[in-house]
Amino acid sequence: MPTMNIIEAVRDALRIEMRRDQRVVVLGEDVGKFGGVFRATSGLYDEFGADRVIDTPLAEAGIIGTAIGMALYGMRPVPEIQFGDFIFPAFDQIVNELAKFRYRSGGQYPCPVVIRTPVGGGIRGGHYHSQSPEALFIHTPGLKVVAPSNPYDAKGLLLACMRQNDPVLFMEPKRIYRASRGEVPEGEYTLEIGKAAVVREGTHCTLLAYSGMVSIAEEAAKKGEAEGVSIEVVDLRTLMPYDIDTILASVKKTGRCVVVHEAPRTCGFGAELIAAIQERAMDHLEAPILRVTGFDTPFPYTLEHEYLPNADRVLGTVRQTLEW
Amino acid sequence: MTDVVTASSTDSAIDPVVSAPRRGAFVYFDLEPEAKAHSLFQILREDGSADEAGVAGVDQALARRLYEGMLTIRVTDARMMALQRQGRISFYGEALGQEAAVVGSAAASLPDDWIVPALREAGVGLFRGLTLESYVAQIFGNALDPTKGRQMPCHPIDRDHHYVVMSSCVASQIPHAVGIAMAMKAQGHAGRCAFGYMGDGATSEGDFHTSMNFAGVFHAPVVLICQNNQWAISTPGTVQTASETIAIKGLGYGVESLRADGNDVLAVHEVCRYAADKARRGGGPTFIELLTYRVSAHTSSDDPTRYRDESLTEVWRSRRDPLLRLRTFMEARGWLAAGEHDALVAQLEARVRDVIATVEAAAPPPVETLIEDVYEEPTWAQREQLAALVDPAS
Repeated sequence: MPTMNIIEAVRDALRIEMRRDQRVVVLGEDVGKFGGVFRATSGLYDEFGADRVIDTPLAEAGIIGTAIGMALYGMRPVPEIQFGDFIFPAFDQIVNELAKFRYRSGGQYPCPVVIRTPVGGGIRGGHYHSQSPEALFIHTPGLKVVAPSNPYDAKGLLLACMRQNDPVLFMEPKRIYRASRGEVPEGEYTLEIGKAAVVREGTHCTLLAYSGMVSIAEEAAKKGEAEGVSIEVVDLRTLMPYDIDTILASVKKTGRCVVVHEAPRTCGFGAELIAAIQERAMDHLEAPILRVTGFDTPFPYTLEHEYLPNADRVLGTVRQTLEW
Repeated sequence: MTDVVTASSTDSAIDPVVSAPRRGAFVYFDLEPEAKAHSLFQILREDGSADEAGVAGVDQALARRLYEGMLTIRVTDARMMALQRQGRISFYGEALGQEAAVVGSAAASLPDDWIVPALREAGVGLFRGLTLESYVAQIFGNALDPTKGRQMPCHPIDRDHHYVVMSSCVASQIPHAVGIAMAMKAQGHAGRCAFGYMGDGATSEGDFHTSMNFAGVFHAPVVLICQNNQWAISTPGTVQTASETIAIKGLGYGVESLRADGNDVLAVHEVCRYAADKARRGGGPTFIELLTYRVSAHTSSDDPTRYRDESLTEVWRSRRDPLLRLRTFMEARGWLAAGEHDALVAQLEARVRDVIATVEAAAPPPVETLIEDVYEEPTWAQREQLAALVDPAS
C-alpha cells in the first residue's frame, strides 16, 4: 500500500472524484496552474483543464457565492479557501445562504458544496494564517464540519463528503499537511461521516481530540503510558454531526475525560462536548471534564507554542482529573 | 427637502434616447458603452404614445400578455396588503409601480433560463408559471406552502420553472445567479442564461461588486438586473451612491451596462431580450439598470411619510404609472376594448379571492417538519430535540 501525506491524500481524493463525476469542479485562489499554495490541487489543472479547475478572482464571498450557484444548478463544486482565516468574507454566504438553502427551499434545493480549507497554527503564521474557526460553523445548522487528522481519514472522508448531498466545511490540519504520513489505499474508499475513531485504547481517561490535536493527544498518551497512566484517545473526525455514541462509550468506560482543541476556550467546541457528555453520563464521571485549549486571545505569532496545547499540558490536565 | 432634490435630479435624467430604428434595431444599442450606461432607453412615452418604428415588433398578443402579467401583480399585491392590514398574514412587500420592470424582464426569459430573484420579483415567477396557490400558500406559511412555513411571506419558490427561492439578505443572491450561469457554460448548456435581480440598495453591498467581477471575468451568460426604485427603505439614491447612474458601475467590471425606463414595459422587455439573447449566444454578461420608483412603502412594516415627500410619489403613482402607460398605448390601437380592463381586474380579483379561500384554511405544517431539510437526514441531536418537544417524558 502506498504511503501519502495529507496533501497527497486530499489531491488523490479530488482526482478520483473528478475522474468519476463530471459535475465535480474545483475553484479558488491559485488552485489552477499553480496547484494551490499548499499544492493540494497540483496537477489537476493539467488533467481537467481550466473549466473544472478554476482560478478565481481574489474574493472568498465570490468563490463560495458562485459555488452555491453551481450547486443549485446541479454541479458538485469543491471550493478551496486558501486559509481558514480568510473564510470570513464568505461568512454570510456560508451561514445565511449555503447552510440554509435546503431548509428554506423545503428540501427542493440541496446545496452540495464541499469547502476545503487549511486550519490551525504552529507554522509561524500569526493571527491570519493560524486560526481554528470550527465552532462558528458547527453552530450553523445545515453545515457539516469534518476535520481529519491523518492522510487515510482525509482521503476517505473527503470522498465521502463529495458523494453526499449536504454542504460541508472540510478542515485540513495545515501544520501536519506533510508531516503526517501514512498508508493510504489506492483507488476508492469512503469513511462514514459522523463516526469517530478510537485511535488508542486506554482505561483511566478519555482524550477527545480532532484535526491537528490528535497527534498531540497520542503523544500525551504515550508519555502517560510510560508513567502508568492509561489514556484512551478518540479522534472525532466529524465535528458536526459528532459521534455521541463513541464518545459516551469511551467516557463511560474510563470515567474521566479531557477535551483538546487549538481554538480559544470560551464557547469553543469543547464546551458543547462537555455539556453533551454530562447530560448523558453524569453517573459515570469520576471527575469534572477538563479542557486543554488555545487561549481566549487572537492567535499569537512569537508565542504560538505557548498558546498551542502540547503533550505536557494535556498529560498534566489528565493527571488533574485522576487526582480529583 | 433633500428627498425632493434627490428624486427630481433623477427625474431630470429621464430623457429618452430613442431614435428611429436602424436596420431593425434601436440606435440605443449602437451607442458607445458609456453612453448606454448614462442615458435612458425608452419606447413608450409617459403619455402612452410611441414612434411607430419603435413598436414595429410589438403585437397585440405580446401587449396583452404583458398587461395581464402586470395586472396580476397589482391585483394580487393589493389583496395581500389588505390581508396584512386585517392581520391575516404577518407581512407583505408589494411591487406597486414596478410591475413593468418585473413583467418586461420576465417576458424576456425562456423556460430553460433560471431566475434568481430579490424581494419584488414574485411577478417574474408568476409570469413563468408559479401558481397563485403556491405563491399564496408560501405567504400563509402553512402546510400547503412548498417550503413548509420556513420563511416570512414573499419568499416563493418554483423549481419546475427554475425560480430559485430567495433569502431576506440583500445582494447575497447575485453570486448565485453568476454561479448558475458559470455552471451553464461549464456544462456546455448553450442557449440558456440566468437572470439575477437586485434593488438599488444591493449595489452598495460587496456581493454586488464581487458578482459583477466574476460575471465579467468568466464571461458568464447572466443578465443582472437592478430595479432602481430609488429607495432602500428610507435611504434615497443619493445616500446609496455618488455614482451618476447605477448602470455605469458595471463598466468597471468589463460588463456591458444598459439603462432603461423601468416603467416602460416595452423598453424593459427590449433591453432584457437583447441581454438574454446575447448571453444565450455566448456573448457574456449584461448589467441592466431599470429606473423606476417605489410607489408603496418598502413593506407593510414601513411608513414612508416619515422620510420622503409623498407629493412626488404621487407623480409616479399617477402620471408615470406603468400600467396606465401600456393601457393607453393599447387602447389607442384598439388592443384593449372599453370595459376589458375592468373585466380583467374583476376576473383576477375573483381568482385571488378563491385561492385565498382555499389556502387560508390549511393547518400549520406538521411539527415534524421543524427538523426536516436542514440536512438530507436529521441528525441524532435534532431527533432528540424533536422528541423532547413532542413527548417531554422522553
